[in-house]
Amino acid sequence: MRRSSDDRKFRLGTGAFAALVLLIVIGIGFELTRQSMLSITKFGLKFWTTSTWDPVSGDFGALPFIWGTLYSAILALLLATPIALGIAIFISELSPRMLRTPLAYLTDLLAAIPSIVYGLWGVFVMVPFVRKLEVATPDALKQLSLFKGPPLGVGMLAAALILAVMVIPFSSSVAREILKNVPSAQREAAYALGATRWEAIKVAIGFGKSGIIGAVMLGFGRALGETIAVTMVIGNSPQVTASLFKPQYTMAAVIANEFTEAADELYLHALIEIGLLLFIITVAVNMISRLLIWSMKRRVVAPIVMPVIEEATA
Amino acid sequence: MTANLRRRKLFSRFFEILCGLAVVIALIPLAMILFYVIKEGAGALNWDFFTKMPKPVGETGGGMANAIAGTLILIGIAALFAVPIGGICGVHLAEYPSTKFSSVVRFAADVLNGVPSIVVGIFAYGLVVLPVKRFSAIAGGVALGFLMIPIVVRTTEELLRLVPGGLREGALALGATRGRAVFGVIVPAALPGILTGILVALARVAGETAPLLFTALNNRFWSTSLTQPIASLTVQVYTYAQSPYDDWHRQAWAGAFLLVMIILTLSIAARLAVRRLERMNRP
Repeated sequence: MRRSSDDRKFRLGTGAFAALVLLIVIGIGFELTRQSMLSITKFGLKFWTTSTWDPVSGDFGALPFIWGTLYSAILALLLATPIALGIAIFISELSPRMLRTPLAYLTDLLAAIPSIVYGLWGVFVMVPFVRKLEVATPDALKQLSLFKGPPLGVGMLAAALILAVMVIPFSSSVAREILKNVPSAQREAAYALGATRWEAIKVAIGFGKSGIIGAVMLGFGRALGETIAVTMVIGNSPQVTASLFKPQYTMAAVIANEFTEAADELYLHALIEIGLLLFIITVAVNMISRLLIWSMKRRVVAPIVMPVIEEATA
Repeated sequence: MTANLRRRKLFSRFFEILCGLAVVIALIPLAMILFYVIKEGAGALNWDFFTKMPKPVGETGGGMANAIAGTLILIGIAALFAVPIGGICGVHLAEYPSTKFSSVVRFAADVLNGVPSIVVGIFAYGLVVLPVKRFSAIAGGVALGFLMIPIVVRTTEELLRLVPGGLREGALALGATRGRAVFGVIVPAALPGILTGILVALARVAGETAPLLFTALNNRFWSTSLTQPIASLTVQVYTYAQSPYDDWHRQAWAGAFLLVMIILTLSIAARLAVRRLERMNRP
């Protein structure tokens, strides 16, 4: 009898700590809402649809930041997804067994490099390169609104490039794990029907589709919230434009740059409201991504161990 | 071989090569970053960097002694509360892996891991800075701790699950309670792995900049006070990188080099620890 009550205490005791983790997530949402009430009640929906950002007269609209965040993250995703999937396929399906672990380790290493190091490298190595690229762009192309703007180096293109590199390891390590867990009967069946290697891989991808979409979304969530590296190369100029060359601004960057300068409460609340939206978007993206990965997990017998690599040992 | 099959095989080959190319493309930036960090950073790293204070603008030399101390203090505060919370939470998830509560908590930990670090910074600002109206080392440490918790949770859980089931059964068969079995036998078996996991988590948050900008702020002077703003390696590198001075750029690279070296060493150590645990599992 004593044993079972001891076991209960153990379960409840450790459970209390586990509940704390849940509490933190809820707490973030609650605290951010509480600290942005002034701005929420004053501007309402207008906050998300207007572009004035005038701390002096106390008029705030966050559209350019939302635009910059979504645009840079989507561009990064377009660049990163084919590469991340290619890596995942190569490591799990094509690579010689001997190379698998080292290649997985090296690509995961990209996730371990601190954001500030990416930023430093971005400012001093990548931005000058992007500037050369922009100068070399033929005039005919510069007529397109996509390539309009001065060749500064810093700007949307630089931000998208660095973000792409930063999210590749997140998408590829999860996609790799998914592919590894696709039952080999799937591939064998395809081979038995006379499929080529690539056709068999396509079958495996089809089987793991939901998980792979989850992997890509995980990368998207990362790209949305990335702060320092982007702040250092995007140029920090709030404007809504499709141009890749023009400097722009993101939600995370404006918080990083202006938070300590926010002299009055409304200004601070406006910045925190941007943080709140960023929180809501990233939580939603992450939830959908994890659910997709988990739904995949339920379809296979072998458990998918979410790679520890991606969270910790990268 | 029919023309159709030849075409399909060629097609297959083409895509296989593209996948290999993807690996190469991803490794180029990695190689370039490591190359520049070593080239620019290793040369700038010297004894002064570790022992001297930052020099005023215009004077060359000096170091980041205060920032190094600051980073150590910040991650110390973070570990102080993130390790117990994350560790015990990880124990719970490993012990009761399939309860509904565990699924929800695991999900929350994964979601928390995906929350942008700058948002976690705002949370710490609201909790610690606002009530006393002062930036402080504690606020920075709290922000880093929140970021550390999900990493510790998942690493602890994964590593505990690697412990051979026979150990647990043996302990229970000897009449140990669940708590005794876990903390007396299972956790010690996984401890080297968990400790390296914690070190990696520490290295990870030591590389964070964004959540420190408005919690720990920065400090040009030597400070170890927990209630005052404090310098950190990352914020210092950030400040220096944006300055117009060559000597500051040099020091920024040295700081980046130091950060990368710490992270590389610890992640290799973690690899080895996990491999050791996995070997224990084999009959």
